[in-house]
Amino acid sequence: MKTIYLDNNATTQVDPAVFEAIKPYFTELYGNPSSMHRFGGQVGVTIKEARSSVAKLLNCDSDEIIFTSCGSESDNTAIRSALNSRPDKRHIITTAVEHPAVLSFCKFLEKKENYEVTYLGTDERGRLDLDEYRKAISPDTAIVSVMWANNETGNIHPIEEMAQIARDNGVIFHTDAVQAVGKVSIDLKSSAVDMLSLSGHKLHAPKGVGALYVRKGLMFRPLLIGGHQERSRRAGTENTTGIIALGKACELAAKNMETENTVVSRLRDKLEAGLLAAIPDSKVNGDPENRLPNTTNISFGYVEGEAILLMMDQLGIAASSGSACTSGSLEPSHVLKAMSVPFTFAHGSIRFSLSRFNTEEEIDFVIENLPPIIENLRKMSPFSAEKEGLACTGPGSMQ
Amino acid sequence: MWEYTDKVKEHFLNPRNAGKIEDADGIGEVGSLACGDALTLYIKVDDDNIITDAKFQTFGCASAIASSSALTEMLIGKPVEEAEKLTNKDIAEYLGGLPREKMHCSVMGQEALEQAIKNMRGEAGTKAEHSHEGELICECFGVFDEEILQAIKANDLKSVEDITNFTKAGGGCGKCHEDLERLLAEAQGEAAACATPSATPAYPAEGMTNIQRMHLIESVIDDDIRPALQADGGDIRLMDIDKTSVTVQFMGMCSGCPSSKATLNNLVQGKLREKVDPAITVTEG
Ligand code: FES
Repeated sequence: MKTIYLDNNATTQVDPAVFEAIKPYFTELYGNPSSMHRFGGQVGVTIKEARSSVAKLLNCDSDEIIFTSCGSESDNTAIRSALNSRPDKRHIITTAVEHPAVLSFCKFLEKKENYEVTYLGTDERGRLDLDEYRKAISPDTAIVSVMWANNETGNIHPIEEMAQIARDNGVIFHTDAVQAVGKVSIDLKSSAVDMLSLSGHKLHAPKGVGALYVRKGLMFRPLLIGGHQERSRRAGTENTTGIIALGKACELAAKNMETENTVVSRLRDKLEAGLLAAIPDSKVNGDPENRLPNTTNISFGYVEGEAILLMMDQLGIAASSGSACTSGSLEPSHVLKAMSVPFTFAHGSIRFSLSRFNTEEEIDFVIENLPPIIENLRKMSPFSAEKEGLACTGPGSMQ
Repeated sequence: MWEYTDKVKEHFLNPRNAGKIEDADGIGEVGSLACGDALTLYIKVDDDNIITDAKFQTFGCASAIASSSALTEMLIGKPVEEAEKLTNKDIAEYLGGLPREKMHCSVMGQEALEQAIKNMRGEAGTKAEHSHEGELICECFGVFDEEILQAIKANDLKSVEDITNFTKAGGGCGKCHEDLERLLAEAQGEAAACATPSATPAYPAEGMTNIQRMHLIESVIDDDIRPALQADGGDIRLMDIDKTSVTVQFMGMCSGCPSSKATLNNLVQGKLREKVDPAITVTEG
């Protein structure tokens, strides 16, 4: 059975060109880039090129890029570095809709190290309130960490504006841009962002590699201390194949950004419109005007997400759910909860995230095959009778 | 993705008896949209009190649907009296097991069944409200202490995580975790308190005076230990008793025997611990 992969915010297919580019570094060119001999040195040169490709995509300087093992490491490093370089400040600002790489770490800092954390809320579309943000900043604030784009809804946050506000107040600004890099254009030269995290496997490089941008001149405290790799800012032998892959992936992302914003977003819109038209009582979560080109998060009222996912899985369709049952917790996604999506809808939410490898036929297949799944599950539901016609009466109405 | 047994998957993908019985004799409704799962169970019962038909409507995840389907299969053809004895464990077992985090789906089945039977007998309406007895513990899922205590006892739950798996309480904001700990301690305390008044003491010398305890030690040595040693040409003499420390002396073949240490530990101390007090230690004087 063919897999229709619509879960690209979870991870992506390694681009065949990326795979080709790294193959020799597993077999023939396996030298250690830190070695003095030429055999290792040539790998060092390729790493340099990779660094430059990453920097180009973000429009920053090569020496502002630190390679890490993943987005989470980049996020943790950024926050820890900011706190360690400003030991007198005890306040952190983040949002309630961050990825656990930031959210759980902030909760840890709050609980175990007595930091004070402000979690900015959102409106029902997942938009942040800039006034609330401005008010939250205090002389004690060490760092603001806000994701560029949300992984569940695709919402894009006003990062440039928020970074500028932080800078005006002398506060370090970090953004977890794991979902945004490669999908939206980022120009760090003209922005006030101090640190930015990205992850390779979200943009068609393999898993296990990430990067952290640290603005030149910003005081930096490494998380991993040991060898002199990454100019002593991140010890540990380089994941050479990962880094080279990331470089290639960034190069391709720069080229394909146009496709992401036209072809991919058109397919996404087609999928969304097709499902909304065919399935009564379904609605999009998030801010349709301001979101990633590849993501849509749709709630199907009166059905439960895991059941939908497993039924889709039978047909080879892979997506994600914000339902509690898939996550190991019992409550629906913290993002949908922060947006006050009614339980009725939150439990049955499905995230479709596309990539340039998806095709029109795949989207047609989903539009054709998902409605009967929802219909069957609804037929089985005790709520279906009361909801004859299943007309959506708006958020909150059926809690 | 959860690890489901083939049987769970089979019942989820091809649910048996999904739907409604229009002229049902008993209906049981549990759960709610807000909680993320809900089940309505319909039963039809004949004059001989046999369940001739059962159907369900479920809103929920794969294991909720599979549990409901399994439950109806288990019910059809069973006398009500027998059906009444079904527990959530039976439902989970029928499915070859459920992930522990999903046990509450089987609990929902059991609750719906109880409710349907009550409804059939005219003892209740169709909808099982949460017991609402006592104190509201988990605000996120509206679970009261009675229900939690009952789940702890029925399923021998040992941790907050267990409680969440079986009742959902504690699965949200986590604010109620301290209360859940308290209920666990309470339930365990009750179990301990229940054990104490039992007629048999925990060990033979429990509650004895010092003199009684000394006599008991003497008689165990005379009746259970000495004959065994004498059979091998040895003997033993009690020298001192100080609370639980007993000093003895080996005589005859036993004195100076290379395995006297083993005899002391295994036979002498072992017997005294078994027949008098498990805290006894025996040394050679
Ligand atoms: S009150 Fe129990 S989990 Fe929130």
